[in-house]
Amino acid sequence: MNLIFTILIDGLTYASWLFIVALGLTLVFGVLKILNVAHGSFYALGAYAAATLVGWFASMQLAPELSLIAMLLAAVAVAALIAPLCERGLLRVFYGRDEVLLVLVTFALFLIMEDATKLIWGVNPLYVSEPYMLFGIVEMGPQSYVGYDFMLVAVAAIVGYVVWWGLNRTRIGKIVLAVIHSEEIASSMGVNVSRIYTLAFATGIFLASLGGALTAPMISVQPGVSVGVVIVSFAVVIIGGLGSIPGAAIGALIVGIARSAAVHVWPVAELFSIYVVMAVVLMFRPEGLFQRIQARKI
Amino acid sequence: MNSLSSSMRTLIAGIACIAILLVAGTVMPKWLTFLITMSAANGLVSLGIVSLMRTGVVSFGQGMVFALGGYTAALSFGNLGITDAVLLALGGGLVALLVALPFALLIARYRGIFFAMLSLALSMVLYGLLMKSQTMGGSDGFNMGRVSIFGVRPTDSWSGYASYAVTVTLGGLVGMAMRIYFDSTRGLVALASRDNEIRVEYLGSSVQNLIAANYLIAAFTGGMGGALAVMALGHVEPEFSFWTTSGDFVFVAILAGHHSVIAAFIASTVLEIVRSFSSSYFPNSWQLSLGLFLLAVIRFLPRGIGSIWEAKRKKGEQA
Repeated sequence: MNLIFTILIDGLTYASWLFIVALGLTLVFGVLKILNVAHGSFYALGAYAAATLVGWFASMQLAPELSLIAMLLAAVAVAALIAPLCERGLLRVFYGRDEVLLVLVTFALFLIMEDATKLIWGVNPLYVSEPYMLFGIVEMGPQSYVGYDFMLVAVAAIVGYVVWWGLNRTRIGKIVLAVIHSEEIASSMGVNVSRIYTLAFATGIFLASLGGALTAPMISVQPGVSVGVVIVSFAVVIIGGLGSIPGAAIGALIVGIARSAAVHVWPVAELFSIYVVMAVVLMFRPEGLFQRIQARKI
Repeated sequence: MNSLSSSMRTLIAGIACIAILLVAGTVMPKWLTFLITMSAANGLVSLGIVSLMRTGVVSFGQGMVFALGGYTAALSFGNLGITDAVLLALGGGLVALLVALPFALLIARYRGIFFAMLSLALSMVLYGLLMKSQTMGGSDGFNMGRVSIFGVRPTDSWSGYASYAVTVTLGGLVGMAMRIYFDSTRGLVALASRDNEIRVEYLGSSVQNLIAANYLIAAFTGGMGGALAVMALGHVEPEFSFWTTSGDFVFVAILAGHHSVIAAFIASTVLEIVRSFSSSYFPNSWQLSLGLFLLAVIRFLPRGIGSIWEAKRKKGEQA
């Protein structure tokens, strides 16, 4: 019983930050129809920026609680500065090309950003331990858990709700949904599609970098963190269905629990359990669990 | 008659290319023979993706067959005592084909991003298995000794050339076979399905079977490429099946375009040159150089190197 509980808690924690990152990926795909391979690089950028800002805050002897603000600011900075640059300066040049070619464009961006982060922050790992102990230790029966993990779960739930509410209950959200449905009709109705693209991309990148900033205290921030994250995020959005918010949530939970179960029950399967689930879902429901099957257009 | 002469032309040009490369290899510096060996081995994997691209799909998981071929060659060498380079290369291709066989008809049902993602998932499953398998050397992989050619084990000074000779010869032969296949009726139907799948189905061909067949061909060439690469490197590791390795193969295929066979080998050589020189002169930013190069290719040559002489050929025909 304890084992099941541990698997569920670990899985939920893993799923929470993964959901935030995957939500960004699915939003970008939903609006721009681009499967962004560089999404993990923005996650890494968020983690590096958070490590730097939290370090600055600490050097200025500010209250440790403010490190949470520093992490949020790091994510905002990445989304506000880098995302529009990439969307307007790079992706826009390739809109309308084959979707696989666009994947390759973002693969090139991934390669560029991998080295760019190394050139800026070096190759030595960075540690941001301050925020991790802010929420203390939570005792649950015989097990102890770090409170920060539960904070992550709460943040993921809030982020998921805010994005859903923003898309379904606000004017700008409805415009985004109109663009997702048909860019041409939205454009003919006076919607500035180009601006919506930039907004959606920046929001997606904000979520990726927020995921990176939030996980920075739990990992050592070093070159290579992006490589694993992007591929796991792919698994989440493929399982849930590309472009679906509930799909990203369920996908993240499935991936989180599958990985956690493998770690605790059969460690050998840790690395491939996620991809087995992804392959099985693709085989039986290629559109993902939460997407309707679309008729083939002639 | 035309197709026969076209096949003959391919055979003559292919044999001439192989002969020139074999002779030139004797006077090349070692670094260049190694670079061409790796280019030809990797080019074979990308050539498989090119054959899939001709049916309108792209695999992001060719690392799987590359790793299968590589591990098969290294394990056959170490455990079965097979040292012949040609046998190891063919064995690598065959095992990759056999593993891909149960997935072929299944994956052929998918298109676009779903085809790419399913192939990627399969390659990552293999990556996870290899990383955790202690008998396969885990994350470090394992080394492989020097191979022989038709029973003759080359000396230290000739071992690099021997690997080069086997790779360019097999690469050239597979290249010729692929050119003949591309120009065959089946090959041309595959190309037509890229333009309009439903029209091809309506005319009586099964696009699903075509994709499955090309997937198996790609598995064979990929496995063979993996075996040849491992023989040249003397080492195999799970990274062979990682998604970034597959990304490099897709890059070469896009750089080559789907028109030409030789372009796949040229594109692979271009990538190896860019990679080698970037890592020599910009050791901390070679990926950045590679990324910029890739963007330039997609921007200015979206249909690949092969489209240059395809356009020239069409111009010549019109004239």
